[in-house]
Amino acid sequence: MTTPLAGAAPARPPFWNDPAVRALVFQALALIAVIALGWYLVHNTQQNLAQRGIASGFGFLNNAAGFGIVQHLIDYSPADSYGRVFWIGLLNTLLVSVLGIVFATVLGFVVGIARLSRNWLVAKIAMVYVEIFRNIPLLLQIFFWYFAVLRTVPNPRNSLAFGDAFFLNIRGLYVPRPVFGDDFVWVLGALALAVVLAVLLGRWARQRQATTGQPFPVFLVSLAILVVLPGVTYFAAGQPLTWDIPKLAGFNFRGGWVVIPELAALLVALTLYTATFIAETVRAGILSVSHGQTEAAGALGLPNGLTLRLIVIPQAMRVIIPPLTSQYLNLAKNSTLAAAIGYPDLVATFAGTVLNQTGQAIETIAITMSVYLALSLGISMLMNWYNKRKALVER
Amino acid sequence: MTEPNPPAATFTPHPDLPPPAATTGVIGWLRANLFSSPLNALMTLLVAAALLRWIPPILDWLIFSADWSGSSRQDCTGEGACWVFIKQRLGQFIYGFYPEDQRWRVNLVWVIAVVASWPLFLKRNRLQVPAGLFMLFVFPVIAYGLYTGPLFGLPHVETSQWGGLMLTLTIAVVGIAGSLPGGILLALGRRSKMPVIRTLCVTIIEFWRGVPLITVLFMSSVMLPLFLPEGMSFDKLLRALIGVVLFESAYIAEVVRGGLQAIPKGQYEAADALGLNYPKAMGLIILPQALKLVIPGIVNTMIALFKDTSLVIIIGLYDLLNSIQQAAVDPNWLGFATEGYVFAALLYWVFCFSMSRYSQHLERRLHTGHKR
Amino acid sequence: MRKSSHSAAVVTAALLAFAGTAHAGATLDAVKKKGFVQCGVSDGLPGFSYTDDKGNVSGLDADLCRAVAAAVFGDATKVKFTPLTAKERFTALQSGEIDILSRNTTWTSSRDTALGLNFTGVTYYDGQGFLVNKKLGVKSAKELDGASICIQAGTTTELNLADYFRANNMKFTPISYDKSDESAKAMEAGRCDGLTSDQSQLYAQRIKLAAPDDYIVLPEVISKEPLGPVVRHGDDEWFDIVKWTLYVQVAAEEYGLTSKNVAEAAKTSTNPDVKRLLGAEGEKGKDFGLANDWVVNVVRQVGNYGEMFNRNVGDGSPLKIKRGLNALWNQGGLQYAPPFR
Repeated sequence: MTTPLAGAAPARPPFWNDPAVRALVFQALALIAVIALGWYLVHNTQQNLAQRGIASGFGFLNNAAGFGIVQHLIDYSPADSYGRVFWIGLLNTLLVSVLGIVFATVLGFVVGIARLSRNWLVAKIAMVYVEIFRNIPLLLQIFFWYFAVLRTVPNPRNSLAFGDAFFLNIRGLYVPRPVFGDDFVWVLGALALAVVLAVLLGRWARQRQATTGQPFPVFLVSLAILVVLPGVTYFAAGQPLTWDIPKLAGFNFRGGWVVIPELAALLVALTLYTATFIAETVRAGILSVSHGQTEAAGALGLPNGLTLRLIVIPQAMRVIIPPLTSQYLNLAKNSTLAAAIGYPDLVATFAGTVLNQTGQAIETIAITMSVYLALSLGISMLMNWYNKRKALVER
Repeated sequence: MTEPNPPAATFTPHPDLPPPAATTGVIGWLRANLFSSPLNALMTLLVAAALLRWIPPILDWLIFSADWSGSSRQDCTGEGACWVFIKQRLGQFIYGFYPEDQRWRVNLVWVIAVVASWPLFLKRNRLQVPAGLFMLFVFPVIAYGLYTGPLFGLPHVETSQWGGLMLTLTIAVVGIAGSLPGGILLALGRRSKMPVIRTLCVTIIEFWRGVPLITVLFMSSVMLPLFLPEGMSFDKLLRALIGVVLFESAYIAEVVRGGLQAIPKGQYEAADALGLNYPKAMGLIILPQALKLVIPGIVNTMIALFKDTSLVIIIGLYDLLNSIQQAAVDPNWLGFATEGYVFAALLYWVFCFSMSRYSQHLERRLHTGHKR
Repeated sequence: MRKSSHSAAVVTAALLAFAGTAHAGATLDAVKKKGFVQCGVSDGLPGFSYTDDKGNVSGLDADLCRAVAAAVFGDATKVKFTPLTAKERFTALQSGEIDILSRNTTWTSSRDTALGLNFTGVTYYDGQGFLVNKKLGVKSAKELDGASICIQAGTTTELNLADYFRANNMKFTPISYDKSDESAKAMEAGRCDGLTSDQSQLYAQRIKLAAPDDYIVLPEVISKEPLGPVVRHGDDEWFDIVKWTLYVQVAAEEYGLTSKNVAEAAKTSTNPDVKRLLGAEGEKGKDFGLANDWVVNVVRQVGNYGEMFNRNVGDGSPLKIKRGLNALWNQGGLQYAPPFR
C-alpha cells in the first residue's frame, strides 16, 4: 500500500521559474553588458586617440616639467620631472587635508560639546555657528575667505609684525624657521628616551592603581620628564638650535617659513565647514549615551569633568567614529576645491597644469582619481579597524 | 510662635512662601543659564564681550551705513555695503543670460512647481496623489518645454544661456530626482544575493564615493566625447547633470542601505511567506519602511547636493556663484565681491536651512511610534 | 552558456553600429549635421573673447569662429561658444567637445605633435611681457629678481617665465591661477609684484583694473607667442577650411575688400584674383566642400582681417593696440596669405 504522491517529488517548476537559473541568467546578462560597455568605451577611446595622433602612455612622467610651483614641501625646480610634480601636488594635498582634519576635529568637538552646554549663551552661539556655516556651499566660503577677507591684509612693506619674528601680509604669514645644529640629535635622543619613560610610567601607574587603588599623578610627572630631560640635554649640548627669522629683502620677505594665503584660506574654510558636521556628530554621539549612565556616575560621586572623560566620551565615541570617518573623507575630497583659488594641490598641479602641458588627459585623470580612491579606501579601512577595536563586545 | 497654643484651632497650613527671588524670573533664568558657576560666568562674559565688539560693526556695514538706492558705482559713497550692485545685477544672478523678455517662462515654471507641490507639504489630503503624479510625470515635461521653448512654440533658448539661481535650482532638482531611483537601485543591488550584481554595485558605489566631484565634472564636461564614437555628443549641461546624478546616486545608495539593514529579518520572511515576488516584496513591504527610516539622511544628501551645484563653476557653467564671480570682475563694479558673496550666501542658506527644517518636521510627522 | 555568448555578440554588434566610421571630412559633416560650429574661447579676455552681461561674446578669437560659421553655413551667427580655462582647452578639443579652439593659444611644436593638434595659422603675433605697478619703481624685467609673479596656469607663458628667470639667474615665486581674471585681480591686490602674460592680454587686463594708469607694461618681450586657431589632427578637410578662412580674410584686406564693398565687388570686379577669390570665376568653393561664394559671406558678415583687428583690439576698441607685427606683409608686418588659386 503506497500512496502515489507521498514519496514523489513535487513537479519541478519550469526552468525559467527556477530562482537559481534566473539568478544565473541575470548575472550573466549583467556581466555581458558590463564587458560590452567597457570594451565599447575602450575601443572608441583607442580609435579616437589613434586617429587624432594623441600621445599616450606614462612616459611623460619623466619629462621635464618646466614650470614653477609656489609651495613645495620637497625640493623642486622647473627642471624637475612631471613625476616630481605629482609628488609635490600629493604632498600639498596631504598637508592641507591633515591640518584640516586636526583643526576641524578639535573645533568640532569643542562646538559639539558647547551646543550641549548649560550656559544658554554658549549653546546658542554654537548653534548659530553650526546652522550658518553648514548651510553655505564650501566653495563660496573659500572664495569669501580668499577674495574678500585675505585681500584686506596689508602689502609686504606695511606688514603686521608680531615681535619682529612673525609677519603677516598679503603674501602670507611668515614665521621663523628652526635651523638644527649637528648636536641636535642628542636632544632628539633625549626626547625619545623621555617618551619611552613616560609610557613605562603610565603602565606602571595603571598597574599600581589596579592592584592597590592608589592613583598616581601620571600626567604631571610625565610632563616634567618630557620637558626636563630634553631641556637639560639642549643646554648641555650647547644650544644647537637657531632660528631663521624672515626679513624684508627686495620685493618679499626672505627666510623663515611662509604660510601662503591660498593655504590659509583653504584651511580656514575647510575647518569651519567640516567642524559644523563634526559638531553635529559629536552632539548626537553624546546624546546617545543614556542618561542613566551619567546619573550612575553622579551616584558614584564622580565630578562632571571625570564623568565626561571616563563615562560619556568613551561610549559616545562608538557612535561618533563611523560618521566622523566620512567627514574626514569629505574633507580630503573637498580639498580639491583648492584649484579655484590657486593652491597647488594634486588636482590643480597634476590634473591641471601637467594635463594641459602634456595633453594626456586620460592618464593624468586616471592617476589622480586612483590617488583619491586609494586615499578614501585607506582612511575607511583604518577607521573600520579602529571601529572594530572600540566596538561593544557583547556577551 | 510667640503666642500660646490657641485652643481647638484647626491646622491651617502657612501659605507657600514665594520661591527665593534669585531662582525665578529674569534673575533666576540668568543664574541658571548664564552664571551657574564661575567658569560659566566667565564664558558668558567673554562671549558677550565678543558679541558686543563684533555685531554692531557688522550690522552697521550690512544695513545702517549701506547704500540701497541708485544705479551705478558712484551711488555707493557710504562706508557700508553697496547693495546697489546686487540690485543692478539681480536679473543676471537669478536668470543668468536668459533673454529678458522670456524670463516670464522661468517664473511660470517656478509658480507651477510651488502651486502643484503645495498639497504634498500639507497634512494627508485628497489632492496628494494627483499632485504627486503631476510633479513626477507632467511637470518635468512642462518645465523642459517652457525652459527650452520649441515644445510650446516659443523662441528657443539655448542651455548655455541658462544661468544664475535658475541653473542652480535646475541642477539641484534634476540631480535629486535622478539620484533617488538610481540610489535605491544601487542599494538593492548591493544587498542582492547574486554575487556578480553585488560586486558590480559595490564597485560602482565605492568608486563614485571615492573620487572628488571636480574630477567627475571635468571628465563629463571635456573628456566624455573621447570615449564615444566621433560625432556623438550631448549638451554640456546634460553631461554635467549625468555626472552629478551618478555621483549623488552612490551617496543616496549608502543612505538607503542603512534603512534596508534596519528592517527586521521577519519582514523579509513575512513577505516571502505571503508568496510575494522580489519586486512586490521590496515595493510593498521593505522599501516603504526603509525609506521612511532614512528620510533625514536623504534630505541631508539633498542639501549636500544643493551646495555641490556650486562646483559647476569649475566647468564654466554660469550658476548663481559663477554669475556673482563674473559680476565681481566687471570693471564698472570693481571691489564689491563681498556684497556678492553675502548675497549668494544668504540665498543658499535660505534654501538649505529650510530643507533641513522640513526634514526635521517630516521626521516627526512620519514617526509612527516604533522608535523606543 | 552558448546562448549568452551569442547574445554578447549581438549586443556588441549593436553597440558597434553606433560607432560611425571615421573619415576625413567627418568634422565638416558633423558640423553641417548639427547646424552650428562649436567654438572654444577664453573665459573672459576683452578684445579676444569676452562675454558681456547679456551673454554676447565678442572679440578677435570669437570673430574667427564666426567667420568659419559664415564659410560653412553662409551665416555667421551659427556658432556656439564654449568658455574654457587654459587648462581645459586642449582636452576639450582632443575629445571632440569643440570643433575649433580659438582661444589666444600659442603655436608650439609639442602642441602640434604630441597633443595631436593642428594650428591653422596665426591670428595675432604676440610676445610675453610683464605688467607691474608703477609704485614698485621697476623699469626692466631684469630687476624682478626675487619677485612674486602672477600667471595663468597651463600656458606657455608659465614655461617661458621659468626659463627666463633661470636663464638670467634670478629667483621668483610663481602664483598661478586658473583664470586670467583671477591673476590680474591678485596682482591688483598685491598678492604678487607683477603679472606676466602675452602682451595683448596685459593690455586687455589693464583696462579691467580699477586704476589702469598705475600700471605699466615693461619693455622686455621675453618670448614669441604666435596665437592662432587650433583643430584636431586627422581631418585635413576641416583643417583646410579653418586655415583658409583666416587666409581669405587677410587676402581680402590686401585687395581692399571690406564688409561694405565685397558684395558689390563680387559682381563688378574685373581683377581676376578678386573674381577667383569671391567665386565669381571658377569653382574653388567646391574644393573645400563649401558654397562657391563662401568668401563673400565671410567678408560681408565678419569683415576682412584688418576690420576684425580694428574692431576688437585696434583703434576701434578700448585696447588701442597698434598693428605692429600684425600689419600686412606689404606694410611691414607678418600677415601674409598664400595665393588663392
